[in-house]
Amino acid sequence: MAEPLLAIRDLKTYFVSKQATVKAVDGIDIDVNRGQVVCIVGESGCGKSMTSLSIMRLVPRPYGKIVGGQILFDGRDLLQLNDREMADLRGSDIAMIFQEPMTALNPVLSIGTQISEVLVRHRGVPKREALDRAVEMLKFVGVPRAEQILREYPHQLSGGMRQRVMIAMAMICEPKLLIADEPTTALDVTIQAQVLDLMKKMRRETNTSIILITHDLGVVADMADHVVVMYAGQVVESVDADTLFSEPKHPYTRALMESIPSLEEDKDVLYSIPGTVPSAANFPKGCRFAERCPIAKPSCFEKMPELREVAPGHLVRCDLV
Amino acid sequence: MSEYVLEVQDLKKYFPIKSGVMKRTVGHVRAVDGVSFQVKPGETLGIVGESGCGKSTTGRMIMRLTAPTSGKIILDGQDITHAKGAELRASRRKSQMVFQDPYASLNPRMSVGESIAEPLIVNKVLSRSEAFERAGELLKTVGLRAGDINRYPHEFSGGQRQRIGIARALALNPKLIVADEAVSALDVSIQSQILNLLMDLKHQFNLSYLFISHNLAVVRHISDRVGVMYLGHLVEIGPKQSLYHDPLHPYTQALLSAAPEPSRTKRRERIILQGDVPSPANPPSGCPFHTRCPRVMDVCRQTMPKPVQVHPDHWVACHLHG
Repeated sequence: MAEPLLAIRDLKTYFVSKQATVKAVDGIDIDVNRGQVVCIVGESGCGKSMTSLSIMRLVPRPYGKIVGGQILFDGRDLLQLNDREMADLRGSDIAMIFQEPMTALNPVLSIGTQISEVLVRHRGVPKREALDRAVEMLKFVGVPRAEQILREYPHQLSGGMRQRVMIAMAMICEPKLLIADEPTTALDVTIQAQVLDLMKKMRRETNTSIILITHDLGVVADMADHVVVMYAGQVVESVDADTLFSEPKHPYTRALMESIPSLEEDKDVLYSIPGTVPSAANFPKGCRFAERCPIAKPSCFEKMPELREVAPGHLVRCDLV
Repeated sequence: MSEYVLEVQDLKKYFPIKSGVMKRTVGHVRAVDGVSFQVKPGETLGIVGESGCGKSTTGRMIMRLTAPTSGKIILDGQDITHAKGAELRASRRKSQMVFQDPYASLNPRMSVGESIAEPLIVNKVLSRSEAFERAGELLKTVGLRAGDINRYPHEFSGGQRQRIGIARALALNPKLIVADEAVSALDVSIQSQILNLLMDLKHQFNLSYLFISHNLAVVRHISDRVGVMYLGHLVEIGPKQSLYHDPLHPYTQALLSAAPEPSRTKRRERIILQGDVPSPANPPSGCPFHTRCPRVMDVCRQTMPKPVQVHPDHWVACHLHG
């Protein structure tokens, strides 16, 4: 198999202050192949968003620091690049779309300026030509009245339209990798369906790899080729999407699936995971899920399990499976 | 005792749009435009719909936090549409609300015990010391410790705060609880804890819920009957089995097909609606859904469909039926 487009190796992103060290991302490995959709799933605070910000080298300063590991993109370690080289990559080879398009778009610049800026900066395209490309791109992502929208401002658009504008902006340079952090969480279901459909079309037509970060297993089932489940800063399960839904192995993954209500089946009582996620400033020394795990043994509290291959291509961080 | 805990008749809320220096009313946002339904004792009625469909405004009107423009709200046999003063306070003892954001709905400067005891003291149900004792019991009922009454909201996680909000709603022993997106801000594992708690409490105290949410799977799980709202109208309402297995309104069908199901095997054909919801300030003529409806007919653009009963207790407002 060809070398992956993106290979994250033992990445550690910590927040360090005098009082505490918060291990937001604590030694993760993720591979993304060309044209593949990898979903990172987990609950608030599991480190999924910090992983994406680490790839973009946008970890909040001064407290947030990438303290170890490698992020190999197309053979280059992103962590070794200087700020200038990294700025050349952002929006060009790697693009990102965020959850809340209203805060990610600049409120005082017109839509046209914001989209065309990317082409002017990265591809040296003259402004006028860039604006023409922006119109094409807006039409491609299904924005009606594209020529007029170019002159409008973010507040004049609906949530779904803003998210389309963000996607147009992210895709205009045909990046090799698109990182989408909860791109549809703020949207209504019928609009979410439109946006997910659009991302599939993008992938088909430009062979862009996508990292999709979400807490919604429904979105995962719809979009993913490969799934990475994160819990408390670590990868606890990594496998192709079909296997994840037919044979989830890690107790956390299984508990997560049993705790969501279904649209089609009646469940009398939902499974609920007792307790809460351990604090990232003070992880237990053993397995981080042990305290909430229905099958935990005393040994689980003592020793941190390794992420190991339990079946070809199926990685699980649990000693009991 | 009346047949229904809550009865809503042709409820409307128009918010005026004011403009110019004189603040003249230049139009109205028709947030809720003629909604009728009933909730029986011990029943959970779910209301689903997308943002701006009027589901929250409906909930707020029932709590009388927003004054209705017209229509009737009958709570436990009493018309509270225009209730004031003592009468309104008395109605608040029968219906209570659980809000979406557990961070914003608790006063950060009041201890948890004060927050829960306040409705008991304000309504002169119990003395101060008795009220605090009851607050401790209520905390145990919702799965926290009685000793937590002296702690403050910031010391709790989101899920625990939602439990506190539920304890406060239970304090006056209401008959009806209006839950507006009560689990939407919570993580999946916490969401299931709260849903289970709400269902336990319902049996324990014989409560009725009006459960408002955009999450179709959650509403299906908790409700007995479900109503679907679109642009201020209730377009379909029926028992959950009937509604989820045989949705009649094209909007309900699209909504259900668009919700992603966490399964790789049960793939459904998706109906992708074009465009956005029209503005409620300038709603379309005829059926509110005709601008996006995949099965639109000429009549839909002209006349508003009336609700018809297609299956037992299952009503739909659509020209395709009846």
